[in-house]
Amino acid sequence: MSRWIDIAALDDIPARGARVVKTAQGCIAVFRTHDDRVFALDDACPHKNGTLSEGIVHGAAVTCPLHNWVINLETGMAEGPDEGQVATYQIRVENGRILLDASRLSARSAA
Amino acid sequence: MAEKLVIIGAGMASGRMLEELLERGADYDITLFGAEPRGNYNRIMLSPVLAGEKTYEEIVTHDADWYRDNNITCRFGETVVKIDRKAKQVVSAGGVTPYDKLVVATGSASFFIPVTGNDLPGVVGFRDLDDVEAMTAAARKPDGKAVIIGGGLLGLEAAAALKLQGMDVTVLHLMDHLMERQLDPAAGYLLQKELESRGINVICNAHTKAILGHDHVDAVLLEDGTIHPADLVVMAAGIRPETRLAVDSGLHVERGIVVDDSMHTSDPHIFALGECVEHDSVVYGLVAPLFDMAKVLARTLTGETAAFIPPAVATRLKVTGVELFSAGEFDEDDGREDIVFRDPARGIYKRLVLEDNRIVGIVMYGDTADATWFFGKLTMAEDIGPIRETLIFGPAYQGDGLADPLAAVAAMPAEAEICGCNGVCKGTIVEAIADGADDLGKVRAATKASASCGNCTGLVEQLLASTLGDDFEAPTEQPVCGCTDLTHDDLRRIIKARALKSIPAVMQEAGWKTSCGCHVCRPALNYYLIAEWPLEYRDDQQSRFVNERNHANIQKDGTYSVVPRMWGGITTPQELRAIADAAEKYNVPTVHVTGGQRIDLLGVKREDLPDIWADLNAAGLVSGHAYSKGLRTVKTCVGTDHCRFGTQDSTGLGIKLEKILWGSWTPHKVKLAVSGCPRNCAEATCKDVGVICVDSGYEVSAAGAAGMELKETEPLAKVATEQEAIDLTVAFIQLYRENARYLDRPYKWVARVGMDWVRAQVVEDTDNRAALCARFEVSQSVYRKDPWAEQATDEHKQNKWSPLADLTLEAAE
Ligand code: SRM
Ligand SMILES: Cc1cc2nc3c(=O)[nH]c(=O)nc-3n(C[C@H](O)[C@H](O)[C@H](O)COP(=O)(O)OP(=O)(O)OC[C@H]3O[C@@H](n4cnc5c(N)ncnc54)[C@H](O)[C@@H]3O)c2cc1C
Ligand code: SF4
Ligand code: FES
Repeated sequence: MSRWIDIAALDDIPARGARVVKTAQGCIAVFRTHDDRVFALDDACPHKNGTLSEGIVHGAAVTCPLHNWVINLETGMAEGPDEGQVATYQIRVENGRILLDASRLSARSAA
Repeated sequence: MAEKLVIIGAGMASGRMLEELLERGADYDITLFGAEPRGNYNRIMLSPVLAGEKTYEEIVTHDADWYRDNNITCRFGETVVKIDRKAKQVVSAGGVTPYDKLVVATGSASFFIPVTGNDLPGVVGFRDLDDVEAMTAAARKPDGKAVIIGGGLLGLEAAAALKLQGMDVTVLHLMDHLMERQLDPAAGYLLQKELESRGINVICNAHTKAILGHDHVDAVLLEDGTIHPADLVVMAAGIRPETRLAVDSGLHVERGIVVDDSMHTSDPHIFALGECVEHDSVVYGLVAPLFDMAKVLARTLTGETAAFIPPAVATRLKVTGVELFSAGEFDEDDGREDIVFRDPARGIYKRLVLEDNRIVGIVMYGDTADATWFFGKLTMAEDIGPIRETLIFGPAYQGDGLADPLAAVAAMPAEAEICGCNGVCKGTIVEAIADGADDLGKVRAATKASASCGNCTGLVEQLLASTLGDDFEAPTEQPVCGCTDLTHDDLRRIIKARALKSIPAVMQEAGWKTSCGCHVCRPALNYYLIAEWPLEYRDDQQSRFVNERNHANIQKDGTYSVVPRMWGGITTPQELRAIADAAEKYNVPTVHVTGGQRIDLLGVKREDLPDIWADLNAAGLVSGHAYSKGLRTVKTCVGTDHCRFGTQDSTGLGIKLEKILWGSWTPHKVKLAVSGCPRNCAEATCKDVGVICVDSGYEVSAAGAAGMELKETEPLAKVATEQEAIDLTVAFIQLYRENARYLDRPYKWVARVGMDWVRAQVVEDTDNRAALCARFEVSQSVYRKDPWAEQATDEHKQNKWSPLADLTLEAAE
């Protein structure tokens, strides 16, 4: 079951940028692309836990600030020769508001 | 005794002829007269020099050593005023010089259209280095306006170059379309559109009536009454063979000095070659045929028989980013057919003119990759009947698997011409490579291929690659990243020339292949735009690496380091107390004294950054920019304040420099040091700029390094006053800001442009030094400020430093 929580306005995140949502399990990075698509991923690079929310966002990808791995925002997979994946979260944008599916959060805390 | 050979004119034709003559071991006592106060250089490359893409030094073909080594008596800066054929001597300011054999190689002169005002100061031709210097000087004035009369090869190269130099440029062209002698109307139109999109104003059917002005040109008046204001007028409406000497001495002259196949004039002791001659009723204006004449004349002078056979010539426009090629005939004519290919979306146009199934004309715009292949077929008069259907698509579509450019050059016949200017065919180059010429420079030296206009450089490199295989390392400049084919230098030029003032504008105009770039190109673009348009461009935070966006260095665990500025390494008990208090208050795990004479607080949490900055600000401490591609530190020693050896106030100068330079963005980080005496305790000689104080003044040096590479600085200049030391430093850094590639430290940049060039800009040219300082100050009016103070506001805390939402409770449910 999806449980949608209104977390912020789209405009609270700069285009080609990100901000974080704090959760009990750690931070989720919420990205906004140049064409106003929004993605949510764990804010920890599969390489060495780099803060993905501080990376440079380009197309539907982010470059990790620590060692330049490029992470695909749609899949959470590392692109190119690097291997690894970050957990992703469902996001909806409605009427300029960003909704996050919190079911995974509770599911994980329950687990 | 050797015969006396006198040559009038030290230009491209006579230069080549001398090389050929010396190679044949001819025994002459040679005297070379040149009206220009310098020896032979590659005149073709004056356009890139004017555009600032090359320096004069790079285009010199024969230097003083060459003339000396070959025992040539040089009379440069000396115009020959008379040829006395009876006495067999020439007359110049230096007296009379007898000859046994005389070569006239006087070239041509710019044609000044006969209207009133054509002799006003500010009206120049485009022929020699003096013209280029006059234009460059005019371009230095802010907001200068240039009017170019003539929309042919020369005029358009001048227009593009002057636009790059920042001038407001208008081209006045008499005919319906540009370069009408080389291009058909369709290609002329595409070219016009391209130039207009670069901000060049093009007016066709423009009949100049007069050039207006009193003691200097003010404007150009057209027949239709319109007036075009001008600070500079460039006459590029044509050239006239320079035949005055020949006419006065009674030689047979028509449009040019008439020569036979062996380059004899009507006087058996006098020869002529180059643009000043007429052969078989034709006068030439491109170097390829002149170089053929040079070979012929060298043979004639060594007693061999040789005959000049006029070659087919091709034209390319040397404007960076414009692909244009034309050769042969393209007028509509009975019995001629056209094959035309157009791709309007990509601005590509190709036209082949056929006669009896042979290519007689080629016009290409937008994509000239196949030009050499077509031109080969034109010069060989090859029957293209069998491949006519697919001919226009070039070699890639001929079903012989030649889509790969390397395979295509490998498949070329040995006699295919690679270098049009120097008539060098593939076989000659391959031979040279086999004999050990394993890079571009060596192939150039051995064969002259690509040594003139340089357009075949790519082909020569492909030949090297296909001949040497894996042993060949392409020296070509790499594109910035996968999002574009442009190099860093291309980008900087385009941003300036097309007045592009935002990242989307650059990506649109330069045809980015990705939607919004990547982490490699965006920071570079952001820097180039800041450097070019400091007052207009708005810094794009999303194109900044995290450290510059957050004004702190990210650590491996996601915390940050905070380094406040300590001007010149000087601090006070009160500042130290504030740092200590902050370290305690924010639980800073590590306090380290840096190699840059200040204190680093490592391990600060992201959300604490605005607060720790506010605390430090309150004690008067500001950001040390330990994270930026900008000014880092200015190390100093204690100098005259305390040290028994100090000669000048090194600490004071260091602080002054740091206060002037802080906050500025640069291509890479910049570090300075000032030492009070040659003992050099501040280690000034391994910095980006280092100053060493001595009794009589300041020794300023630059381009050192002590990171991944170790390099001593090179001297810039020694100056007497502190102000000069400051100006020199600021001018050097501004020159670096305006010219270097993103992420090149000064030492890498200087290695490319040469310290001599840098010195010419900031040491010798004092006007330029002042202009650079002024431009730096304009930029600093925006950027000389503390980013910490800006970022520590409530608004920023809300929008940037706090989380978007806090779901800790939510998740715990
Ligand atoms: C803090 C400091 C070490 C220290 O504790 O002493 C330091 C720390 C770092 N240096 Fe450095 N460098 C420090 C002085 C130096 C010096 C010595 C100097 O400045 O006198 C050098 C050699 C001189 C030079 O720059 O040529 C130096 C050459 C480098 C280089 C190599 C640069 C090069 O062009 O070869 C890098 C890598 C880079 O910049 O790309 C680098 C990069 C770094 C980074 C920024 C690595 C990074 O990207 O995270 C380190 C950041 C640590 C942090 O979070 O604060 N650091 N680094 C010094 C800070 C000086 C300051 O007060 O600002
Ligand atoms: C800006 C520019 C771009 C060009 N681009 C191209 C190109 O891309 N491709 C191409 O093929 N060609 C190009 N050309 C044309 C090419 O440069 C000329 O064809 C070539 O230089 C002609 O050689 P020359 O030796 O006949 O004359 P020049 O090179 O002009 O040399 C003649 C020399 O004689 C000197 N002289 C004249 N009279 C006297 C006298 N009485 N006493 C002493 N010295 C005298 C002159 O000062 C001059 O230095 C270009 C020319 C210019 C100006
Ligand atoms: S030397 Fe290497 S490890 Fe040490 S601070 Fe500099 S970059 Fe970091
Ligand atoms: S931690 Fe992200 S690339 Fe290394």
